[in-house]
Amino acid sequence: MSAPILTVENLSVSFPAAGARAAVVDGVSLAVSPGEVLALVGESGCGKSMTALAILRLIAKPGRIEATSRIAFEDRDVLALKVTQMRALRGAGIAMIFQEPMASLNPVQTVGDQVIEALRLHERVGRSAARDRAARIFERVHIPDPRGRLDAYPHQLSGGLKQRVMIAMMLVVRPRLLIADEPTTALDVTVQAQILALLRELQDELDMSILLITHDFGVVNELADRVAVMYAGRIAEEGTRAEVLGAPRHPYTQGLLRSIPSLAHRGSDLEEIAGTVPSIGTWPAGCRFATRCPKVFAPCEAEVPQTVRLSQSHRTACHDVAREFVS
Amino acid sequence: MSWIGNAIVAVLVVGGVFVYLRVRRNRLWRESMAALVRRRRLALVILGAYVLVGLLDTVSWVGGDGVQGVAASEARSVVDRIFKPSIFREKSYSAPFASVEFVGGAALTFPGRHVLGTDLLGDDVLYKTLKGVKVALLIGGLTCLVLIPLALLFGVSAGYFGGRIDDVVFFVMSTLASIPNLLLLIALIMALGKGTLQVCFALGITGWVGLSRLTRAEALKLRELEYVQAARALGVSHPTIVMRHILPNLAHLVIITFALLFTGLVLSETILAYLGIGLDGSWGRMIDQARNELSRDPVIWWNIVAASAALFILVLCVNLIADALRDILDPRTLRERA
Amino acid sequence: MSAAAAEADAARGTPPPLLKVEGLKTWFPIRTGVLQRVDRWIRAVDGVDLEIPQGKTLALVGESGCGKTTVGRSILRLEQPRAGRVLYDDTDLLALSRAALRPYRQAMQIVFQDPTSSLDPRMPVRDAIAEGLRSFSIGANTAERTERVAELMTMVRLDPEHMWRYPHEFSGGQKQRICIARALAVGPKLLICDESVSALDVSIQAQILNLLRELQQRLRLTYLFITHDLGVVGHIADRVAVMYLGQIVETGEVTEIFEEPKHPYTRALLGSVPRLDLERAGRLGGGAPGDPPDPANPPEGCRFHTRCPQVFEPCADTPPALREVQGRRCRCHLYDPAHMARAEL
Repeated sequence: MSAPILTVENLSVSFPAAGARAAVVDGVSLAVSPGEVLALVGESGCGKSMTALAILRLIAKPGRIEATSRIAFEDRDVLALKVTQMRALRGAGIAMIFQEPMASLNPVQTVGDQVIEALRLHERVGRSAARDRAARIFERVHIPDPRGRLDAYPHQLSGGLKQRVMIAMMLVVRPRLLIADEPTTALDVTVQAQILALLRELQDELDMSILLITHDFGVVNELADRVAVMYAGRIAEEGTRAEVLGAPRHPYTQGLLRSIPSLAHRGSDLEEIAGTVPSIGTWPAGCRFATRCPKVFAPCEAEVPQTVRLSQSHRTACHDVAREFVS
Repeated sequence: MSWIGNAIVAVLVVGGVFVYLRVRRNRLWRESMAALVRRRRLALVILGAYVLVGLLDTVSWVGGDGVQGVAASEARSVVDRIFKPSIFREKSYSAPFASVEFVGGAALTFPGRHVLGTDLLGDDVLYKTLKGVKVALLIGGLTCLVLIPLALLFGVSAGYFGGRIDDVVFFVMSTLASIPNLLLLIALIMALGKGTLQVCFALGITGWVGLSRLTRAEALKLRELEYVQAARALGVSHPTIVMRHILPNLAHLVIITFALLFTGLVLSETILAYLGIGLDGSWGRMIDQARNELSRDPVIWWNIVAASAALFILVLCVNLIADALRDILDPRTLRERA
Repeated sequence: MSAAAAEADAARGTPPPLLKVEGLKTWFPIRTGVLQRVDRWIRAVDGVDLEIPQGKTLALVGESGCGKTTVGRSILRLEQPRAGRVLYDDTDLLALSRAALRPYRQAMQIVFQDPTSSLDPRMPVRDAIAEGLRSFSIGANTAERTERVAELMTMVRLDPEHMWRYPHEFSGGQKQRICIARALAVGPKLLICDESVSALDVSIQAQILNLLRELQQRLRLTYLFITHDLGVVGHIADRVAVMYLGQIVETGEVTEIFEEPKHPYTRALLGSVPRLDLERAGRLGGGAPGDPPDPANPPEGCRFHTRCPQVFEPCADTPPALREVQGRRCRCHLYDPAHMARAEL
């Protein structure tokens, strides 16, 4: 197995809350290998988007990346880079696409101009050569009538087309790592299928790694090689797609998978995870899932669970699994 | 007619207590008021002092100690009675705390007692400044009493009901906004007269367009929110929806605009005074009359400084309170305070 | 409904319809120019027929812009339809005056998608839930209404102690329960759920779906469930109607349609849903090519023909009718006996 392209170790992002600082991302470690798709899954507020922003050092004050964190991209220490180096990295080495393409596109500029601008920012090309390249990239992402669409404004395009433009802008610089934050959540399901197929196609062709952030396990199943499940700022479980979706060990992952409605569950109640996510700063001292876990027992509230290696690729942080494993 | 003044004060005090009691029951308003007091205590105290002086100047009655120079049927307010302006005067200018007249140096009747000096006619400047408080409050308050209901009526009906009502209101608003404000104002005052009530009425009639636009836009937005739709599905009538859902959610806008309008009106009265249609006894008048004094040598400054300072402090306090209110009443901060 | 279909229904034990929608059309004007003349119409709902059996759940499914939300709002007359009938208890609700409609409002209520904008932020939750009680004069005085609010809150699994709190003090799932309580306060028979669980996290969604199922059994409610999530449809709906660009393209029993979708759009829809099944992953039936057309300018003939993988001759000029096909109804020339021979060639 080749060296990972992205290594995140003990990442913590804190925000001020009720006088003290609360870690909305707490000790997260993960790694993405070249050419692989790692899905970071969790519900709203679990810190997955924060993790992505931290990797690109886009955390705004009063948020802060704690000093104990370590982020390495292709063996370079991301947190130690100077501002200019970081800017060069963003968009060239690591690119990001977001959930709401409308918010990421300038409404008063044609989409062609925006792609050309991105192109000329990173390479030396003349105006007409850039336009040609832009048209070819639009064709690559299956935008119908690519040359004509260069002159369209964002509001004239549908959600699916806008997302394709975002992907085109990202492709311009051929990043080695793409961070996709809920790229299809705002799209209709038929369009979502098209975009996911496109992402898979491009990933194969460019040998690009993808850090996919989503809350939809179906999307995870379609696209991901490995999965990490987050809850309240911590990784609850991590493993290959087959391991996490087929044989989940963490009670949160199990509960989550069982609460997804489908034809198969017809006629019976869905499994509920009792209670709600505790608000920022009110987590228990030990395992943050302790207040809702069906398998909670003595050490859960007080001690932070250690990571248990279930196999070479599968690990989870849970006291219940730990005691089973030991015995 | 002193009883009008007294009646107004009574209504205001009772109305104020009533509003306070109703608002107290609502926890959101309670918390907002507490936050305001916390953040702007000094400004509120100063504003309270102004209001107190205004009230004291409004409560008036006839008779009492027979003072020379005062007709027996003339109603005098509490401020009048404290200062006894017909007695407590000089012949002409005198500097603050001075013991001699400014021109000539003759001895004063009340040496060292005029805290802010006296003006051309010998009236005590502090007394005149205090009399101006009521006028300023009236300009701001009474005008808004006319302006705000008008703006709400037009704005909310245009925004909520839309359609032809919106078209009509829009037409009226655009027409009014196209006529130069000052000319219309002057015309109205010429027609109605220069009394306080008339000037306030004229200002109110010409000034409602801005707030109306705001409330129209907000009502338009609120109308589409799901809780209004849910109320319609629950069979609630349109007037009830407006009273129960639209107006309370506009209140923050109205309060903030009221504060800003207030200061705007008080300041614009000085312009009116410059044009000769200001109100009797206002600071605007004082400033207008004191214009010539500044070019004298040595300068007579206490008249204009007193009026300007009183004006400045009032406007500053109201603006500070308005700023704080804007933060506190912002519907988005509701979530953060949870 | 034809005699054959009615027989099929009776055989299945499907109860008579609580609500029937016939030929519903709701169009929105697009005005242009200085005089604001009506230029074109957005045909949001363009000839929709529905039947909601009593005590059952009918799911109305489609993607954004298909008009499903407008159908729900038109039934409640929150939008004004331009044509059609909505029959409740043999009375056409669209023909009634506003005053005559009012008592019928008690029978049908709606729960919206966004729990935050569904509640007035300046009203305590007790007043929000009691709004319908006041409107229809249920309960003789304030105390009785407060008691009823407490009952309703318990029914949706909320603590009645919290009734004087404000909406922003509750979580998304709790706010949605409050909205459900508000809708149930007036004792409706039909509840329209307009994407009511779409804005919630998966684990909260499960809680609300379980609650809705429990309430349906306990109070014998009928649901019109508007959603785009086919997983939810498969889980809780008895019947489903698939909408595309203002029209119903297929409708029938959920199990039958999911197992064997007949309309090409239904097939594309079901094929696009990312599967949770480990083996069947990675072969997403790439949806339907292209984007949904402009509802102000729908294609001639069959509205889906511009994106249909099985398009053939009649599709571009003749709009297909909704016809019976093996116990369900489908709007497609492929199942029209007159054309079927040609299709096979």
